[in-house]
Amino acid sequence: MGRYLLRRLGQMIVVLLGATLILFACLFVIPGDPVGSLAGSERSRDPAVVEQLHKRYGLDKPLIVQYGTYVNKLVHGDMGEDYTQRRPVAEILGPKLVNTSKLAIAAIVFDAVIGAGVGALAALKRYSLWDTVVTLITTILVGFPTFVIGMLMLNLFAVQLKWVPVIGDPSDPVQVVLPAITLAIIDAALVARLMRGTMLEVLRADYVKTAIAKGVPRRQVLLKHVMRNSVIPVVTYIGISFGSLLGGAIITETIFNWDGIGMAMSTAIQQQNNPIVVGVATWGVAIFVLLNLVVDLLYAMLDPRIRLS
Amino acid sequence: MAKSEESAAGAALLQVDDLQVEFVTRDGVARAVNGVSYSVGAGETLAVLGESGSGKSVTAQAVMGILDMPPGRITGGRVLYRGQDLLTMPEEQRRRIRGRKIAMIFQDALSALNPVFSVGWQLGEVFRVHEGMSKKDSLRRAVELMDRVRIPAAAQRVNDYPHQFSGGMRQRIMIAMALALEPDLIIADEPTTALDVTVQAQVMDLLAELQAEYNMGLILITHDLGVVADVADKIAVMYAGRIVETAPVHELYAGPAHPYTKGLLRSIPRLDQKGQDLYAIKGLPPSLLHIPDGCAFNPRCERAADRCRAELPLLQAVLDEDGADLPGRRSACHFWKETLHG
Ligand SMILES: Nc1ncnc2c1ncn2[C@@H]1O[C@H](COP(=O)(O)OP(=O)(O)OP(=O)(O)O)[C@@H](O)[C@H]1O
Ligand code: SF4
Ligand SMILES: [Mg+2]
Repeated sequence: MGRYLLRRLGQMIVVLLGATLILFACLFVIPGDPVGSLAGSERSRDPAVVEQLHKRYGLDKPLIVQYGTYVNKLVHGDMGEDYTQRRPVAEILGPKLVNTSKLAIAAIVFDAVIGAGVGALAALKRYSLWDTVVTLITTILVGFPTFVIGMLMLNLFAVQLKWVPVIGDPSDPVQVVLPAITLAIIDAALVARLMRGTMLEVLRADYVKTAIAKGVPRRQVLLKHVMRNSVIPVVTYIGISFGSLLGGAIITETIFNWDGIGMAMSTAIQQQNNPIVVGVATWGVAIFVLLNLVVDLLYAMLDPRIRLS
Repeated sequence: MAKSEESAAGAALLQVDDLQVEFVTRDGVARAVNGVSYSVGAGETLAVLGESGSGKSVTAQAVMGILDMPPGRITGGRVLYRGQDLLTMPEEQRRRIRGRKIAMIFQDALSALNPVFSVGWQLGEVFRVHEGMSKKDSLRRAVELMDRVRIPAAAQRVNDYPHQFSGGMRQRIMIAMALALEPDLIIADEPTTALDVTVQAQVMDLLAELQAEYNMGLILITHDLGVVADVADKIAVMYAGRIVETAPVHELYAGPAHPYTKGLLRSIPRLDQKGQDLYAIKGLPPSLLHIPDGCAFNPRCERAADRCRAELPLLQAVLDEDGADLPGRRSACHFWKETLHG
């Protein structure tokens, strides 16, 4: 177990380094001077100032040196300084990460509770009206892009019904609901379908017959024998879909003006505020690989047939 | 060893009476069980024989209350446990009988055991559910049970998971689970089919030994006639959802009164037949969607006559050559006399 964790940790570092290096390379080849605008409009720029800015941010160095500097600072807990505010990236992103976490956690809870719950009920009431409606709605939802859902939700609940303000306030727990649903609903539909399919299979399994033949009450058969087996693929799915959840967060936060790292990312990309872009990506990848490990550990815990190696 | 029909019926633990089960499928209604009747008494072993698809398991599942419904449905008949109809009693009452009074052993222990719970947990569940035992006590009882079915190092292995055991050991765990509350009756659906030949005999011996010790009734479902001879008291042969012949075990071997049984017996490999081709009944069992008119066996029967294609043979008494009733013997063949005596 200890050796397994150590090896996984090593892998995670490699993934993190690889991902940030690729990102660095991409940003490097994007045309335009990310810090030029700091020295005024294009015409009035003093080349000396621009040069100094380049020096300050290390942009005069070759890519690999820039990257090395970044990594070196990173291991010392320094994520660099952004171009527009000239504040430490960690300081800027910290509170935004909290806001995004609220959104992401709410979304995952929604996926797990509503998605899995709806799917489980559909499986238990197979061929019922409920099952048909669930199948229909989830099929439609899966085809929708996140931004369309977000626009529709915003239009309906903020503009038409005026239940919530158009600009979200992350400190108000009620206001997390709308963006969280937007972020979660496609995955929730997928989770519902996955749960339904898995559970229908598990319900037919021999060991469920064994449990009934043993005289286990139906409720317990469902809650213990069926549920325990049905959640395994769902947990795995929610874990691996975390990457696309982060992608969806960029869109959702932008639509709902939710002051999280997703919105920071999309603004930073437009402004070529590269330290922020790199910062968000670094954290995103770090959280992603860490979560993958958690999912693998959870998977092994839920299914004793899985050996960690 | 074989008990007379009268004494067995008098003490019948379980009596299945004209049971009918069908499955609604995409292609139509599959009539899997078409009026099956059998009974088992305490300490008695009934072997249910028949080719694949003849309805052996479906009958057992209907008795146990574990049929897939839908697509399955029970369209008629009764299942009497000590005189009470299991099919009409309230579910809660029936649940108390399941596992406590009637227990089941499945063919494939690997799929019949829940992969995510330890065997100790699963064995103990019987005690927790029926006797309200604590987790700790139920685990202690699980170890005792594992010892009882001779699983080595039971105390160390009680927290292991099903996949960590060999096939034979897993089937012993299934037996232990069925045995937990010393039920009146055990239904074993091909308990040794999934096992290595060398292990089959051990598991069968264990089952027979425990049955004798607790004086349980045993319904042994199998398509292996070899296994049956040693352990069964009486046999019911099924074909296309019907019982076509019943007889005390040795009488059936000595002289079958149904051409299908005769064919089954001829297809057992024998040592003195080495080198010769193994006999096989020609043709295949009928589709349950379109069971032939008259005798369902007629397309495959060497003795089939016009009457067989027109008239369904009912299970009727079989008489010896002097016209005396042979107790426990029935045959659903128009020509049972010719088959038995001819
Ligand atoms: N869940 C089900 N859905 C649809 N049809 C079924 C189902 N279970 C059984 N059947 C039908 O019932 C028939 C009898 O099946 P059953 O399992 O009783 O056969 P069996 O005699 O036990 O055969 P085997 O020796 O292969 O176990 C099958 O051929 C199948 O057509
Ligand atoms: S009734 Fe006719 S077809 Fe059926 S088993 Fe007897 S002889 Fe054969
Ligand atoms: Mg079967």
